[in-house]
Amino acid sequence: MLFAIGIYGLLVKKNALRLLFAVEIMINAANLNFVAFNQYLWNNAVGQTFVLFSIALAAAEAAVVLAIILVAFRLRRGIDVSELKSLEG
Amino acid sequence: MADIVFLAMMVITVGGAILALEASEVVYAAVALAGSLFGVAALFFLLNAPFVGAFQIIVYVGAVAVLILFTVMLVGQEHLIKEVSFSLGKLAGALTAVAIGIALIAAFAASRLAEISEPLGTATYLQIGQLISTQFAPALQVMALVLAASVVGALTLAKIEGEEDKT
Repeated sequence: MLFAIGIYGLLVKKNALRLLFAVEIMINAANLNFVAFNQYLWNNAVGQTFVLFSIALAAAEAAVVLAIILVAFRLRRGIDVSELKSLEG
Repeated sequence: MADIVFLAMMVITVGGAILALEASEVVYAAVALAGSLFGVAALFFLLNAPFVGAFQIIVYVGAVAVLILFTVMLVGQEHLIKEVSFSLGKLAGALTAVAIGIALIAAFAASRLAEISEPLGTATYLQIGQLISTQFAPALQVMALVLAASVVGALTLAKIEGEEDKT
């Protein structure tokens, strides 16, 4: 079971094309590992509590990223990351 | 029985994750991502963590997925979102992913995790609540501040731009 979760982590970090999606999936893989290891190795609730915080943080991160994407789209008429050269110093 | 459910959920989760990154239309990708997140929630339930699973459904499938869908629809125009077409970058990404995967599997094989088959026990709602309100109380307050700041920041980002659009 844990091995399959490890494979899940492997498959998940496959492609960084859609950056936000990839980040969300990676966060979820990490959360899953938190709960699984907590369940199998330690008999307490710290892992689950940690995942609650992690999910809340991920939600905040998603909100900010989506706002940035909207602003970038309005400014530049496109959300191709490689075209956002004006951010370079 | 649980194995079948677990396998199905793994297929949904991993397949949704791959589809979310590889689907041709971004809307489909967003829906696939929602499916993948739902699969993760189901895995939480299977891991005897129903509280986290419910939280995952509420926050991710309920809020974040809808948010992403709305953004995708607002941004619209799929043709504007160019995929990285040059194959060198794609190859490098795939190679990196495979390397990370091999490293993860090697780390797993080197450890003695495979010998563990039975969960030690499940956390109860009471334990989670006690932890949140005692040991993690400062973290909870910081988390509230972070959430408030991120929401205000997101609103500010969207609002300033909206006013400029009107002028």
